This record gives sequence, structure tokens and C-alpha cells, in this order.
Amino acid sequence: MDAVIQIQNLTKTYSSGFRALNNINLDIRRGEIFALLGPNGAGKTTLISTICGIVSPSEGRVLADGHDVVNDYRAARSCIGLVPQELTSDAFESVGATLKFSRGLFGKAPDPAHLERTLKALSLWDKRNDRIMTLSGGMKRRVMIAKALAHEPSILFLDEPTAGVDVELRRDMWQMVRQLREQGVTIILTTHYIEEAEEMADRIGVIRSGEIILVEDKNTLMRKLGRKQLTLQLQNPINSIPASLGQYSLVLSEDGQQLVYSFDTQAEQSGIGELLRRLNAEGVDFRDLHTQESSLEEIFVSLVRKQA
Amino acid sequence: MNWYAIRAIYHFEMARTFRTLLQSIASPVISTSLYFVVFGSAIGSRMIAIDGISYGAFIVPGLIMLMLLTESISNASFGIYMPKYSGTIYEVLSAPVSWLEVVIGYVGAAASKSIMLGLLILITARAFVPFSIEHPVWMLAFLILTSISFSLFGFIIGIWADGWEKLQIVPTLIVTPLAFLGGSFYSISMLPPAWQTVTLFNPVVYLISGFRWSFYGVADVSVGVSLTMISVFMLICVMLIRWMFLSGYKLKN
Repeated sequence: MDAVIQIQNLTKTYSSGFRALNNINLDIRRGEIFALLGPNGAGKTTLISTICGIVSPSEGRVLADGHDVVNDYRAARSCIGLVPQELTSDAFESVGATLKFSRGLFGKAPDPAHLERTLKALSLWDKRNDRIMTLSGGMKRRVMIAKALAHEPSILFLDEPTAGVDVELRRDMWQMVRQLREQGVTIILTTHYIEEAEEMADRIGVIRSGEIILVEDKNTLMRKLGRKQLTLQLQNPINSIPASLGQYSLVLSEDGQQLVYSFDTQAEQSGIGELLRRLNAEGVDFRDLHTQESSLEEIFVSLVRKQA
Repeated sequence: MNWYAIRAIYHFEMARTFRTLLQSIASPVISTSLYFVVFGSAIGSRMIAIDGISYGAFIVPGLIMLMLLTESISNASFGIYMPKYSGTIYEVLSAPVSWLEVVIGYVGAAASKSIMLGLLILITARAFVPFSIEHPVWMLAFLILTSISFSLFGFIIGIWADGWEKLQIVPTLIVTPLAFLGGSFYSISMLPPAWQTVTLFNPVVYLISGFRWSFYGVADVSVGVSLTMISVFMLICVMLIRWMFLSGYKLKN
């Protein structure tokens, strides 16, 4: 799959001397949903802003659909849509007028049919004549997305798109993002909701202190770094883990009624069969058991901690 | 050229003007009319003619110029400062537009509004004092050139300002005093010779003098010098804006 965005040796040092991005190299594949994760201040927004032309790079270069974002900025920016993190909008403008403004700004001739489709897709059609200041926070977020889509971009950046929106709207947005992907739009999103990345992304990138510490296919990442836990509900409580089970990574609950065994999903053998046999030999009976796989959130936290 | 972008910015800014019609149009027209009532009709009737022109008619070009300067600066500075303040500037910065297209859009709208106001005040003035325009084409040329030049200057202030106070400080503390002391209400030939020399360092003198010449054919300084000064001022403003955009000064990190 070809790269629609190529980031090569990108570094950004602010005038204060703070290095927000440090030698970033990253390819975003055409048509994928790429989730960029990272703690606050990791450089997510700086990276997006640099690609979109809001922040000037200090070193390195970025190509958007083959066009250098600095030297060939017209062609590069024409194919990019940006939904910024902040809810910034022209409060006194109507929804329809602000979309027309956005489309014109990106050099596109007026297209009422496209604007109608976009507004309807985001449930904003009824609000097209309303001033933005009269809309709720969630509706304003939709307007921001509609503005980014007004010029029919092939690459869409969503910087924390669902921050502060309710569950229903979040689901709507996920649905819309999937539809856009089906239409061939490449989507790069940053999010604090790891479940969002887990739900939607094809690939995950983790950025920390201005450096990309990992880029991986989501499923591969979860398989590689994910851990599983086997939880056993014991028939009778025990005071301590039998010494013969010392080789297993077992944790006994405080009330002595639950035994948790963690194992690597990548390991050749989980060791569950042998563990259960030994428990039986020690006379430890259990009445119930279940397994649980670690979430992307847990993987992310462990990754960031490991690198700290 | 991204003409759609220029049109989008221009329409957006003009829509703001028409949305706030009372503040944008009525307010400056009314306040300038008050000058005509007080200085033109009331006090003016007791003043002696200057260069053979009645005082009421003499101050018409100066007052229009005073309003053009302040309104051009105010419109253009607010036009670019507001998106900076609200954060919507991200859209302009991430759009496929050059600095020149952004300037044509914003400054074009600010200058259009000033020209409209200038013509409106001209018509209003006629209701208070009788006057004639000797060189109407040149009058229009001065009106347009001044509106564009000072809209460019206002645009610079709007980019430079990082607070509401800074946005007001240059128009209030520099431009208005320069306009008042630049011959809006008097001919600089009425000043003692030493002050006449000092006044020639005031760039607004050249605007008012040239504009007044287009009305009555009399000027404090030659029309050629006036036009040259406006053109040089405009060129400096354009170069400065170009530098601001290319360097990202107060626009980009």
C-alpha cells in the first residue's frame, strides 16, 4: 500500500528551545485509519499542525500525496482537511455560510449539493441557517468536521475529535469516519480515548516526548504486546500460594478466594493445563474460571511507562 | 491565484460589515456629521475663509480623510486580529492560499468598506456645507489609495497585536493625533515657519493636502509629492506584510 503522507526526519524546535518533535519518520498508508496516541504534551498536535502548515518545521520534510507541504504547499494543503482540537468557530456566522467559506478558502467552486450532503451526513441540515454561537458543544464539533470536509479532502486529520462529546455523538462520529474511509479518505486521528483507537484504527502510532516510539498494525500490536489473564474463583479460600506453584506468575486476592494467572499471548505454551493439574495435585479446587485479554489502553500505558 | 479563496475571505469580511451595519456604517457617518454640524455649520460660519474656501468646505476633505484613516485601520486590524483571537486563523494558515491572496481578501474588504464610508460621508457633508470637487477622478484616486494604504497598515497592526489594548494603541495614540495635527482643520501655512517644517514629517499632511487639492485645487504640498508619499507608504506596508507571512511573525510558531 503506498504512503499518502511521508514524514522524513521531521524536527520542530520552538523559539523557546523546546524540542516538540525529534527526528520523526513515519509513513501513513493511503486509505487507512491511523491513530496517533500519546500522553499530553507528547507532540501529537505539533505533528499534525506541522503537516497542515500551521507550524513551520525546523528540519526534515513532509510529503502529502507526493507534494512537499512547504515548497508545494498549494497542492499539499488542497488534499488535506483538518479538524483541530479546540472548538474554534466564527460564532456569529451561520453554519451554511461558514461551510461555504471553508470550501472557497480551499479553492473549490461552490457546490450546494456537496454542502447539503455533508450537512445531512452530520445531522446539521436543519441547523444550516443557525448561528454557530447558538449550537451546543457537540453540534459545534460537527460543524468543525463539516468545515474540514467542505473541500472534499482525501486526507483528514482529526485532532481529538470526540473530546467532550457524549457517547451517542461519539458513536455517530465513528460511523462517519468509517464511511469516509470506505470512500477512500485517509484518516489520521489523535485521541485520548484509547477505546476509540481500539475500535477504529487500522494502525497505531505511539508518540512520546516528540519521538515515535512505536508504529504497528493494531491487531499485531495487541497480539504481540497483549497479555491474557486467567482468573480462578476458588472453592475454598487459601492463605497463600502453594510453594510448588512458585514458577507461575500468580496473584492471590486479599480474601484468598481468587487466583489470577497472567501469561503472554505470544508464548509458545500458555501453561494453563500444567497449572490446573498442579492446583489439583495441591488440592486447590475452583468453582469458576475465565480469561481476559489486555486492552489497548493497558498496552499503551505499559508502553509509555516502559519508555519513560 | 486562488480566486475562490480571495472571494471567500472578501465575502466573509463584507458579511461581517453588513451584519453590524449600525456600528460599521452608521456610527462613523453620524460622528463625522457631528463634526460638520459643530465645525462646519456652527463655528465655521464665524471663521474666515482659508485660501478663498469657506471654513465649512475647507474641513470636508480633512474630515473625510480622518475618518478614512481611522476606519481603514480599525476594519483591517479587527479583520485579521479576530481570527487570531478566536483561533479560527488555523483555517487560513492551513489553506492553499498565498500571503498575497490573504491580504487581497482581508485588505480589499476593509478598504471597500472605507471607500463606501468615505463616499457616504461626502454625500452627508453636502447636506451641511456647500462645496464642489474640482478633480473628481483624482479625488476618487486619493480616496481609494488612502483606504488601501491604511487598511494595509491596519492589517499589520492586527497581526502585531496580541491583545485588545495593543489593537487600539496605535490608532488612538499615533494615527488620530497625526490626523488632527496633519491639517484636517487648518492649512499648515497658518502655522509658524518652524512648526511648518515639523509638520512636514507628519505623513498624514501629504494625504490631506493631496485630497484637498482634488476638491479645491489648492494644496499645502505638491500633489506629486502627496502621491509619491502614499505609494511609498503602501509599498512599505506590503513588504512588511509579506515578511510577516513568510517568517510567520505572530502567525505561526
